[in-house]
Amino acid sequence: MTLSSHIDHSFDADLDRIREAILAMGGRVEEAIALAARALDERDEDVAQQVIVGDKAIDALEEDINTQVVRLLALRQPQATDLRMVVAVMKMAADLERLGDYAKNMAKRVAVLSAGAQIEGAAPAIRRQARQVGQMLKDMLDAFAHLDVALAEDVIARDIEVDQMTNALFREFITHMMEDPRNITACLHYTFIAKNVERMGDLVTGAAEQVVFLATGQRPGERAKGASTASIGLPQE
Amino acid sequence: MSVDLAQCGALIEALPDPALLVSTERRILLANAAARDLFGAPLVGALASACLRQPEAAAALERALVALDSAAPTQPQEARFIQTTPTRESVLRLTASPLAPQAGLAAVLVSLRDISHVEEAEQQRRDFVANVSHEMRSPLTVLAGFIETLKGPAKDDPTARAQFLDIMEREAQRMTRLVADLLSLSRVEGEEKVRPRTLVSLSEILRATLAALRPQTDEAGLTVEFRDLPEAPSIPGDRDQLVQVFHNLVENALKYGASGNRIEITLDRLETLPGVNGPVLKACVRDHGDGIDPLHLPRLTERFYRVDGHRSRAMGGTGLGLAIVKHIVNRHRGRLSIRSVRGEGSTFCIALPIT
Repeated sequence: MTLSSHIDHSFDADLDRIREAILAMGGRVEEAIALAARALDERDEDVAQQVIVGDKAIDALEEDINTQVVRLLALRQPQATDLRMVVAVMKMAADLERLGDYAKNMAKRVAVLSAGAQIEGAAPAIRRQARQVGQMLKDMLDAFAHLDVALAEDVIARDIEVDQMTNALFREFITHMMEDPRNITACLHYTFIAKNVERMGDLVTGAAEQVVFLATGQRPGERAKGASTASIGLPQE
Repeated sequence: MSVDLAQCGALIEALPDPALLVSTERRILLANAAARDLFGAPLVGALASACLRQPEAAAALERALVALDSAAPTQPQEARFIQTTPTRESVLRLTASPLAPQAGLAAVLVSLRDISHVEEAEQQRRDFVANVSHEMRSPLTVLAGFIETLKGPAKDDPTARAQFLDIMEREAQRMTRLVADLLSLSRVEGEEKVRPRTLVSLSEILRATLAALRPQTDEAGLTVEFRDLPEAPSIPGDRDQLVQVFHNLVENALKYGASGNRIEITLDRLETLPGVNGPVLKACVRDHGDGIDPLHLPRLTERFYRVDGHRSRAMGGTGLGLAIVKHIVNRHRGRLSIRSVRGEGSTFCIALPIT
């Protein structure tokens, strides 16, 4: 840790506890994303259920972090780096909670997708997309733990790959739907999932920006945007 | 008692597996080279949760830390730990062991061991069972379907009956072949460690195999050219198994390379071959068919791996032929090599040690 220590050691201990809590929460979210994608790919409703139930623990951790943060703000009036750390943690906790919700949403769609028409290659593609986001999340948390600005910036730059994967998936799903209307139900679910994973990438990027802010006191500059799915139309004949 | 951390550091540095020493403040006191390799970032002084935040791993560490405070005997705590990098995912077994009170240091030693290969083997076994069931089910479904039709709608239709019985016969044969292949695969695997001792002549085996396959090659209109090696030495081998190797290879050339109208079989002696001690006899089966996409080459010898599943089944393939070849060649301490160019054909070579 490069953060300097305080004369009052219990302040350091408080900050450590908050850092630990956010890392533990991150660990749970990492697991939830990987498990949800696995449940989808392997059509495993038990694993999906595990993710849905596990989301409660993630929500509870966010509550806990918010309580700790408010207590610290009230009792210690943190300054400079400490203040940035506390603010960043609060925002990250909200982002992680949203990530958990998206993983839960993916898990909730497993039952209907396991039962209906199978779209070839869809679940493995979603798993790859989710793995990409999972890797970004892991690197973001590592960057937070070690205040590694270069790694955080790398995470921010990688979001564009998730956007590209999402666009490719949208096109694929549209093609499947045009081929056979019986695919529409499943493809719609997959489209929502792909869009949610894309949103997860954005949230991780937002959290990585918090890490850059925490470490440098500066907001990262404008980042490149991938083509948005907003402009995808029907394939041209 | 005072503890020399530097000494402990030198000690765990020597461990081949990643190891971390975690204090009761949940900070990393020491980390060895393997751990730095695994986690990358600077570790000493960082929070343990910086790298051990996966719920299962964090829980095991917590249990070990709690055990430090209790008088109860300290059991190592275990957890699965998954390490992902952009290129691969490894599974590690994490062990968190509380140090004994005599150590004079309240800390937990966390060590990790890569068990990916164990998990992979388990996955392969599961895949195999799933594949076998799938391969068995499709002919059975066909048989059951036609039996039903023959009992009902087609009961008094001699033309349909003859046609259905033909299909049923074909499917039954396919299942017989599959079972035979599975049995020979398990037999070959069973004795893979025992190298055959009896001396056999590869020339004679090749000639016999080609003679046995003559009706099929003639029917396919294929020219078979065999370039023998005069005075080829005898080699230690299992005659039946080697017949099976060449039978499978020539049959493959027949099924998938028939568009080239020509199969060449050659026998050569090589004085050296990387990975094999001493001189070898090299037998190659070459076809001039469509060739195989290089993408498939590394997986060709996997059980049930098919370049084109539909075509292979239509040809009566079981998906086990090359897996059997690979195991037999392994048993002979030989080498199997595959070369293929799209549009030009494929060459399958077997190199067997002479001594």
